[in-house]
Formats: sequence, C-alpha cells, structure tokens
Amino acid sequence: MKKVASLLAALALGIGIQFNAFADAIAPDALVKSVTDDVITIVRQDKAIQSGDTRKAVELVETKVLPYFDFAHMTRLAVGKDWKQANADQKAVLTNEFKTLLVRTYSNALTQYRNQQIDFKPLKAKPEETDVIVRTEVRQPGAKAVQIDYNLEKQGDNWKVYDVMVAGVSLVTNYRDSFGQEVRSGGIDGLIKSLKDKNKQIDPAVSAKK
Amino acid sequence: MRVIPCVEQEMKNRKAASRALLQSVATLALGLGLTACAGPGGHPKDPLEPLNRATFRFNEVADKYVMRPAAQVYDFAPLPVKTGVGNFFGNIGDLWIGANNLLQGKFVDGASDGGRFLVNSTVGLLGVFDIATELGLEKHEEDLGQTLGFWGVGDGPYIVLPFLGSSNLRDSVGLYIDLSVDPVWQVNEVATRNSLSGLRFVNRRAALLGADTTADQAALDKYGYMRSFYMQYRLNQIYDGQPPRVKDPDDEEARVDDAGATLAATAEVPAAPDKKENQE
Repeated sequence: MKKVASLLAALALGIGIQFNAFADAIAPDALVKSVTDDVITIVRQDKAIQSGDTRKAVELVETKVLPYFDFAHMTRLAVGKDWKQANADQKAVLTNEFKTLLVRTYSNALTQYRNQQIDFKPLKAKPEETDVIVRTEVRQPGAKAVQIDYNLEKQGDNWKVYDVMVAGVSLVTNYRDSFGQEVRSGGIDGLIKSLKDKNKQIDPAVSAKK
Repeated sequence: MRVIPCVEQEMKNRKAASRALLQSVATLALGLGLTACAGPGGHPKDPLEPLNRATFRFNEVADKYVMRPAAQVYDFAPLPVKTGVGNFFGNIGDLWIGANNLLQGKFVDGASDGGRFLVNSTVGLLGVFDIATELGLEKHEEDLGQTLGFWGVGDGPYIVLPFLGSSNLRDSVGLYIDLSVDPVWQVNEVATRNSLSGLRFVNRRAALLGADTTADQAALDKYGYMRSFYMQYRLNQIYDGQPPRVKDPDDEEARVDDAGATLAATAEVPAAPDKKENQE
C-alpha cells in the first residue's frame, strides 16, 4: 500500500513538473521572436562574439537556441530516403554529428551581426495546425532584405524548429544530394565518417590554436 | 526507370503552373525536363556534371586569386560609397525588373518598379540614393529566367557558367536576353562599358564576402551544395518567396518508422517504475 502511494506521489510529482514546464507553452511565432531577441541582445553586448570569437558564438547557440530545435527530425530530412537503412545507433550518431556541423557552421553567422533589423511577419496559420512556417526578414541598409523562414512542428505542447530556410534555401535539405552520394559510395558508415572528418576540420578549438 | 518520376514531376510543375498560356512553351518545358533526366546514376538534373565540375573548379580558382581579392580591396570603401554604387546599378536594373513583372501579369509590382525608377533617377540623383524604398516602394528582384519559369518553362539541365557560376538552360537563355537589353552593356565606349561592368561585378561579389566562407565550412561537397542551393534559390524567386510546400513522402515514412521504434523501445520497460522515478 505504502509502495503504491509513493509511486502515485512520484507520478504526480512527475506530471506536476511537466505541467509546469508546459504551462507557458507559447505560440510558434512568439517563440521564434523571443529566442531571436534574446540572442541579439546578448550579441549586441558581447564584444568577443562581435570580433569573431566562434567558440563563444557556439556556446551561445548551444544554450539559447538548441533547446528549441529538433535535430533528429532535421537529420532525418537531410538524409532522406536512406534514413531507413540506418539502425538506431547510426541514427543517433548521425544526428549528433549533423548537429555539430550545423552549429559550428552557422554560429559564425552571429559574429557577422552588425545591427541588422529583423522583421517578424504575421503568422498565417490556423490554431489547430501542428506544422507552421514563421517568416522573418533581415533588413540592412543598402541591400535587399534577406528572407529567413523557420519551419516548426508541434510536439505535445511545445514547438520545435526542424528546418531553417535562408532566401528560400533549406539549410537541411540542401545536404540531401551530397549525403545521398556518400551513402551510395560508402554506406551509412561512410556518411558518418565524412561528417566526423568535416567536423574535425572546422573545429573552432583546433583552428583557434593554429 | 529514372525518367518516370521526372516526367511526373514535370507534369506536377505544369499542373501548378496551369496559367501557362502558350502550348508551345509548355511543350518546350516538357522537352527540357526530359533532356535533363538523361544522366545515368548522377543527379537527374545534372547530365553535364563532369563538364560543370571542371568549370566549377576553374571558377573557384578564378575567384580565389582574382575576384575575391578585388572584392576585398573594394570592401575598404566607406559604406555610403558602396551603398551608392549598389543603388546606382540597382536603379538601372529596375526598368527591366518592372518589364518582367508586367510580363508576369504583376501589374502593381511593375508599376511600382517604374515609380522607383522615376523617383530614384531624379530625386535620388541618378539612382545613387534609394529614396523610393523610403517612400515604401519596395525593391523587387526579377529577370527573364524567372518570367519563363513563372509561365511554366522547365529549368532544363544545370549549367555552371564560366565566372558567373550556377545556372541552368532556361536561366542561361534568360540571362543572354537580360544582358542584351542591359543598359550597361549598351554603352558604346568600350572602356566605359568595361569599367562599369567591372564595378558592378565587384560590388556584387563584395556583398557576398562573409557568406562565401559559410558555404566552404558547411559543405561536404561544395559543388553539390551550390547546385542544390541554386535550384532551391531560383524556385523561391520564381514563387516570390513562397514556393508551394510539398510534404516529403520519404520523410513521412521515416517518421512512422521512427515512431514505431520508439514505441517498441518504451514497451519493453513498463515493469520498472523505480527506474522511471530516478529519471525524473
């Protein structure tokens, strides 16, 4: 009896924690805006990132941005039809390596930030939709605005980004051709190896020492 | 085998562009689509891949030793100068952009481009200042390749042009005509024409400094990365930033597979509540 009671208590506690976390589940456009505003506020004050400190930019992305991304979904999209060939372990490794590649590559973009203004377009989606696009535009003087769109999917009560499109180009599916080529020539393990090699090559810790 | 999905794709494209007026244009599109499917093994849209890769390598070297260094020097110019140069060439382009908007039946946009040209050529001192944007007349990006695409002309095989980079058969034809009506190319005096063209090119290249290294970092195979980039980029331009969303059938299948795997994994551990408590 006591055991059952403690189990129930534990369950209730667990559910309670989850409800707290989900209580302020926010709309997808509000989520994108708040994360973007957060990151930009930090970059504006951080002289190291502004002067090109990639490691600090990566750190910022890892703490502030990554929690809102679904990298398993992104990797699945990037690999495409070959995803079925991969076993659970390979899927996990692929996801991890692809995450590292994207984070290392695109964190650099933060070091290029120079007071560009970001406009958020009104969200065109019905409340019951679970897959939406949040559209934004980066404006800068003397140049055409760059369109940046985020694809988000609702998981439970939370929204997760699974694709980012810059000027209509998906940062995720843009990899599909070359990933397919790697799988054709070396199988899933061949693709994993290529990704690992690539990540070593662009490791900010290594290039900083050079 | 490879031809069939391509034809289906082409049919879909044609369906999407049901506004295609001319039967002959649509036939041409189908024709281009089929030729593009000819390559065995490689990318269905890139039958010329060996030649394209060679041109790509040439372009990379030319960029590394000539264009990029030139752009880097130019980049030392103060921002207002660079902005003025960009605006000047942008203004020259606005008339043809407007013409293409009209050709696509986008009359409001076309009229706005004409208005931009009038305002910027006068109040904006020959286009150096982009007053029109401040007045709310937004800058558009159109060219003949987009107009052809708008009316359903297929893109045809992917082509890497010397110095200019990624293109395809449709856009190369479009570019040829774009240039034949381009005011800079109509300047009779060779020296002036060449310096203007050079300045325009360097200004464009300089705008890409910073972004160009991202592609080097991101790509496993830069050639394939740029090819895919160009295809998506042009599709987005043809649809003015809102291409139709296609649900990926492979992804849907994979999603179901993965969900099944997760279910199977969790189904094995319901008898261990202690373990769950620890995880909380």
